[in-house]
Amino acid sequence: MAQEMARDLADLVAERSIIVCCGSGGAGKTTTSAAIALAGARAGRRACVVTIDPARRLADALGIGKLENTARLIEGDWPGELSALMLDAKGTFDDLVRRYSESPEQAERILSNRLYRNLTSALSGTQEYMAAEKLFELNESGDFDLVVVDTPPTRNALDFIDAPGRMTRFLENRVFRLLLMPGRASMRALSVATQALLKTISKVAGSEIVEDAVAFFRAFDGMEQGFRDRAGRVEQLLSDPGTAFVLVAAPRRDSVGEAHYFSARLAGSGLPVAALVMNRIHPDFRSGEIGPGVVSDSGAEAVAPPSEPRAAGVLLGALRQNLADFERVVEQEQGYLNQLEGGVEGAIVQVPYLRDDVHDLAGLSLVAEYLVGQVASGRA
Amino acid sequence: MEIEAFCKQSKVLVVAGKGGVGKTTVAAALARLAADSGMRVLVVALDSSGALPSLLGTPAGLAYEEETVYEATSGGGSVGARVITPDDALLEYLMDHGLKRVAKRLVSTGVLDVVATAIPGIREILVLGKVKQIERAGAADLVVLDAPATGHAVRFLTSASGLMDAARGGPLRAQATEVVEMLHDPERCQVMLVTLPEETPVNELIETAYRFEDEVGVMLTPVVVNACYEPIAGLGAEVGAVAKAAGEELSDSERAALSCASVFRLGRERLQEEQINRLEADLPLPELRLPYLFRAEIGPEEIGPLSEALGEAIDRLPDGFRGRAAG
Repeated sequence: MAQEMARDLADLVAERSIIVCCGSGGAGKTTTSAAIALAGARAGRRACVVTIDPARRLADALGIGKLENTARLIEGDWPGELSALMLDAKGTFDDLVRRYSESPEQAERILSNRLYRNLTSALSGTQEYMAAEKLFELNESGDFDLVVVDTPPTRNALDFIDAPGRMTRFLENRVFRLLLMPGRASMRALSVATQALLKTISKVAGSEIVEDAVAFFRAFDGMEQGFRDRAGRVEQLLSDPGTAFVLVAAPRRDSVGEAHYFSARLAGSGLPVAALVMNRIHPDFRSGEIGPGVVSDSGAEAVAPPSEPRAAGVLLGALRQNLADFERVVEQEQGYLNQLEGGVEGAIVQVPYLRDDVHDLAGLSLVAEYLVGQVASGRA
Repeated sequence: MEIEAFCKQSKVLVVAGKGGVGKTTVAAALARLAADSGMRVLVVALDSSGALPSLLGTPAGLAYEEETVYEATSGGGSVGARVITPDDALLEYLMDHGLKRVAKRLVSTGVLDVVATAIPGIREILVLGKVKQIERAGAADLVVLDAPATGHAVRFLTSASGLMDAARGGPLRAQATEVVEMLHDPERCQVMLVTLPEETPVNELIETAYRFEDEVGVMLTPVVVNACYEPIAGLGAEVGAVAKAAGEELSDSERAALSCASVFRLGRERLQEEQINRLEADLPLPELRLPYLFRAEIGPEEIGPLSEALGEAIDRLPDGFRGRAAG
């Protein structure tokens, strides 16, 4: 890794205006996003984290127990500000519709349309698009220096970046837009195949399905340009130099595989991965040190060693096996870290396998300290 | 209870769990176990890029066509695997209904997206419809479905009843009705939930278990607690003292490393006990524990030992155990 290219996560937190955390499900993305935002607040910035699906206890601790559209300020002892919100994808979309509709009546027609109401839950990419949209909105508001977004867990890692374009294409669907042409002209303009399709859909699922779809596109008529422009600006923001993509991974084959895929695809889109956070790293047992938060501090009652030499020998053997077993894990983890190194422009940060799942500000502070290098994970 | 009886409780087993808990590993181990007791098993994945191919030893990936990935050395059992993506299922359905020639255009024109949005859950219904068709045809003794991560899994399985509300008539509604029938019949379909002995996965498992019962009305098998440490008796004793009692002298560095590893292990074992106790207190389902294998990477070689461990855990279940009644 070229050292002059390497940027610490601390630098990103201090300098960038947007940090997008991506990676596979179960890798600790939500916690990492919140901890990055907290690191920002601790560095004196006005930071906001947009979370998608936080574990309940963490959400409660942050005071964001329900879906909301506006950021909520979290009280705490840091020089900057920390705000958080749990993304309400449907509400965000509703706001967009209201903003770009030509009249309140048009907005109402769209909002009450059945197909529209299904959109956020049924059309893949909508959640991602709304996360990007919220990011854009928070950034534009001027209320924050740093917005951190936790991306939805998705199989296709690039959904987040592709989402605005995908949504635009959906809204501009040519087939359904042709149906809006007046009278019989619309049927003439459709190919035989499309007519057959619409007939089949009516047959298998009921004609109201097609009617809903047509009504939706009719209601949307005239708003496409506004939406397209907006989506273009969202896309632009994602590729802005002020935006950093941080990859979050766990040392498991699937997560590492996804991280590889993601960094390659991001690089292919001209958006290099600015840093990699590898969570759940085992301690370096040979160093004899374990970082903070990894084992319980509460005093364990001392266990007496076996008095009988043979039993003591058996236990010693088991302890040696235990060390050897863990060292094999450490070796595999190191292998994963080495593999990923080439695909990441900046720093690789290791966060240890912590004792508790993070569920309060104290836990987030500890993760934040690991992330910006104020405490060492005990691994080289 | 007997392994064979366990595997024959239901024709379809849906394996579900939070991302990262080893749901796909458990699906593969379960399939191997059933095959080793003489059953013809079909594993169904919902996308081709998941962990299943590498676990089954087919790194090139799985296809829509079924491929045999394992044959038991005796008893005639086997594991086959295939992928049915929700888009595949939707396309196949439309093609079966007279749209064979335009299938590609449905995708390229975005019409497929519009259809799937206008009829939320249609793709999921059609995957389940396909699974139901396989189950009905008796092509396999057991179908193991590697479900999407839990939040999505509930939505996946509730899609059928949701669609029954939306579609007033026609073949799609009939399809949904049949899927709901399958989900409600414990002799045809049950759900196996997988977790790790850690806080967030346990929370999510408990919450999802009730949602599966209340919202889907499907029966749950015992839950699988994956990656459990087997307790070391005497762990926590001071390493230097143990060595002394054994009559050995340790170097400072060895003592430090051994002690570090045993402190870490002890911490994880305690955490595990806490979480398993909580799981048992909050969810009245028996559990099947699988051992932690000290590997960051689980491959085909580990599936054998895990399937044996699963068999032993099933063996320890009380006889005559029946899954939990739905609702």
